[in-house]
Amino acid sequence: MDLFMTIESNTTSSLANPAEATASCWSCGTMRAVHFCSSCGKVQPPRPVDYFTFFGLPRKLNLDSAQLEREFYELSRKLHPDLSARADKREQEWSLEQSSLLNDAYRTLKDAIKRTEYLLRLEGVELEEQSKAATEKARATGEIKKQVVPPDLLEEVFELNMQLEELRAQKKLGEDDPALIEEIGKQKLELEMKYESLSEELKKYWSEWDRLPDDATEESRRKVRDKMVDLLNRRSYIRNLVRDINEVVVN
Amino acid sequence: MTTDRIVGIDLGTTNSLVAFMQGESPVVIPGEDGLNLVPSVVALDERDQIIVGNAARKYLIETPERAVYSIKRLMGRGLEDIQEELQLFPFRLAQDLQAGEVLRITLGEKTFTPPEISAFILRQLKRNAERFFNAPVTKAVITVPAYFNDAQRQATKDAGRIAGLEVLRLVNEPTAAALAYGLDKKQNGIVAVYDLGGGTFDVSILKLHDGIFEVMATNGDTHLGGDDIDNLLIKIAIDDVLGDANLDVSRNSEVVATIRKAVIDAKIALSSQSATELDIELPQGKRYQREITREQFELLIQPIIDRTVGPCKQALKDASLKPQQIDELVLVGGSTRIPKVRALVAELFQRKPHTDLNPDEVVALGAAVQANILGGGSEATENMLLLDVTPLSLGIEVAGGVTDKIILRNSTIPASATQYYTTQIDGQANVAIHVLQGEREMAKDCRSLARFDLKGIPPMTAGMARIEVKFLIDANGILHVSAREQRSGKESEIEVQPSYGLTDDQVESMILDSFDFAEEDFRQRQVIEARNEAETILAALEKGKKSPAWGQLTSDEKKKIAKLEKALIRAKGEDDHSAIRKAIDVLNQGTMRLAELMMDTAVSTALKGKTMDEADMGEGSETGHPVARADFE
Repeated sequence: MDLFMTIESNTTSSLANPAEATASCWSCGTMRAVHFCSSCGKVQPPRPVDYFTFFGLPRKLNLDSAQLEREFYELSRKLHPDLSARADKREQEWSLEQSSLLNDAYRTLKDAIKRTEYLLRLEGVELEEQSKAATEKARATGEIKKQVVPPDLLEEVFELNMQLEELRAQKKLGEDDPALIEEIGKQKLELEMKYESLSEELKKYWSEWDRLPDDATEESRRKVRDKMVDLLNRRSYIRNLVRDINEVVVN
Repeated sequence: MTTDRIVGIDLGTTNSLVAFMQGESPVVIPGEDGLNLVPSVVALDERDQIIVGNAARKYLIETPERAVYSIKRLMGRGLEDIQEELQLFPFRLAQDLQAGEVLRITLGEKTFTPPEISAFILRQLKRNAERFFNAPVTKAVITVPAYFNDAQRQATKDAGRIAGLEVLRLVNEPTAAALAYGLDKKQNGIVAVYDLGGGTFDVSILKLHDGIFEVMATNGDTHLGGDDIDNLLIKIAIDDVLGDANLDVSRNSEVVATIRKAVIDAKIALSSQSATELDIELPQGKRYQREITREQFELLIQPIIDRTVGPCKQALKDASLKPQQIDELVLVGGSTRIPKVRALVAELFQRKPHTDLNPDEVVALGAAVQANILGGGSEATENMLLLDVTPLSLGIEVAGGVTDKIILRNSTIPASATQYYTTQIDGQANVAIHVLQGEREMAKDCRSLARFDLKGIPPMTAGMARIEVKFLIDANGILHVSAREQRSGKESEIEVQPSYGLTDDQVESMILDSFDFAEEDFRQRQVIEARNEAETILAALEKGKKSPAWGQLTSDEKKKIAKLEKALIRAKGEDDHSAIRKAIDVLNQGTMRLAELMMDTAVSTALKGKTMDEADMGEGSETGHPVARADFE
């Protein structure tokens, strides 16, 4: 029995004012960096900020992953709980929170797709795949992981599902038709190529998003956002299809 | 005074070790017997005293019902998890064990939980370290298999507390091995660690970068190891005996224990020989004799060692790496001494493994390195930092019995996730949350970590409450959950109660119980020391009786001394150390004149007031106490 319902997914919702680099250190009182004191090195109390702000980055989608990694290592050397093992309980708590925030932020930002999804959510977009309400409704009715089929894929998907159904039935009887497997294999290859081209197309929109000026109209921002949402949905749809194929063919 | 001496402990399935950082390099602290390995065997002797390690091994064969090994397999597990273990291992569960209760193992007439039994091993290691430093040791880093879940980690931490150790960090075993290994190498690159121990298998892939040890992926099986090979060989031997000698020994625990020892010896021999002989004495004057070739052995164990392939491939996949991208391969665990295992690993990673560090010791050495880092570091560990991951995804159960994963496996820890909940009925005061760990789609196929209630939600209409629940996995891989109702700002901290764990109260009472044992230990030692001292003074008195000084005493004096001597001999036979000490003191007083007379007249004036044992300067007068009395806290 579940007495509860999830109403929102995992995001850091409250956005505080970024980098208050002028605040003073709780310990030594001098000027400090955002997460730790640049003078005495002490970990500072965490403030709820979004992941881009945490790393002092603008909300852009193209980023230098080598630079991000260096930054992550640098901050780990300041914030990790191992370094405050001998500090008092309060500092240990801060260090635990700060480093979990650092790790969560790095994990999200280093992966281009996760980064895109995160940024879209910060922009107020509810991604279809992320929409728990929809997913849970589908699950409750027994249709696990049901997704809306992108219209231009409808025909292909219908055909593929028929074939997968047939193969499943054959496997149950302990036989399989090599021609059918080959046909499904071909479709899988096509889907994988489509997946690649969608990823390429997505990259184009990252650059488009990044080129938007700060004073861009809501209209022009929305256009890019909607395009990215659409591409992400198709991408995840195709990924699930490929997974279904693998499940049937391998088992 | 370094009160902050932190030791590193490898609490293994088969053997346990304690190590510390001596200057620039980690070293293993040997036990009183001079050996580095303390077998993870615990026995209760006929006087209900706990025996640990090598000394406990003979009980496995002589009184198997009073001894236990491989207890690590039961850590953090429930009755329904261990059905397979019960078939293969001679674990004697308490008769009155209820479903859902923490397991209890019978030793003689007593029962102990797995954390308590592990605590006996830890206490032995603590004692070894204290003897070595001649100072108390209260802080430790303990290693766990990387693939241990939350409940198994919590149980290990509880064991530390019961043993009187503050566990500063739980470190994953393969990661610890990488730390020990990386200490001398100080180079960048990708390292794979393959750790096949007595009861657990782990594989971890790490990226070394200027002192940062970043775990990229880990995988494993917490129930796969050398034990499985032993059990297979035991089963074959038992079947053979039934076939050849028409003797069913499967229920004869002494014979099974003898077979177990013999097959383990054979297994070890086959790592260096091409064939070995099994020769086991059976009841009714029968014998079991058989030759095993390495070829046969390798064929037999193939299915077991093949089970390590899947986790290795998954770890590579999760790290997005091809085998060719691995720069170094490190082998850990006693089972990696088996040539067939080495061949398998070399093929999997297409690389010759490193074997320069002792696979039995490397984990403990790494734990010592981590202990040093936590203690503030030194020149050797400067810039070293471990970034480990959670081995299993963390999820919560949502409608339809489905697991909703909120922290994915291989996420760097500490890691957190925030979920929001609301109420479904007007005035609903509680919300139930079921926390799971595992990779499977359905909640029932994942490990249930805990069920807990958010309580005391202020009365509101349905859907109005907004409860923020934060899940945080700390650097030990242990989950913490906190919740806050955002509209009222009411904060309620929730400790996750592992589904098969001990409550805080239980741990507290076990700590108290363990003091009884510690006290018992201490009392025993005091008796032994007092007896040794009594022996010394009695020997000195014997010498005195033969000296010319004896003749100078009056017969009354001699009678009195004889009486006191008898009293001490009697006290020495009892278990009361203070009575022994008192008798020693009285005899010392009574023999003071004799002592004075024994002294050369030239120096006697300088020795006025000296007692018997001080006057005797011969051998045996030294009553040093090399053992630190540190258990007594």
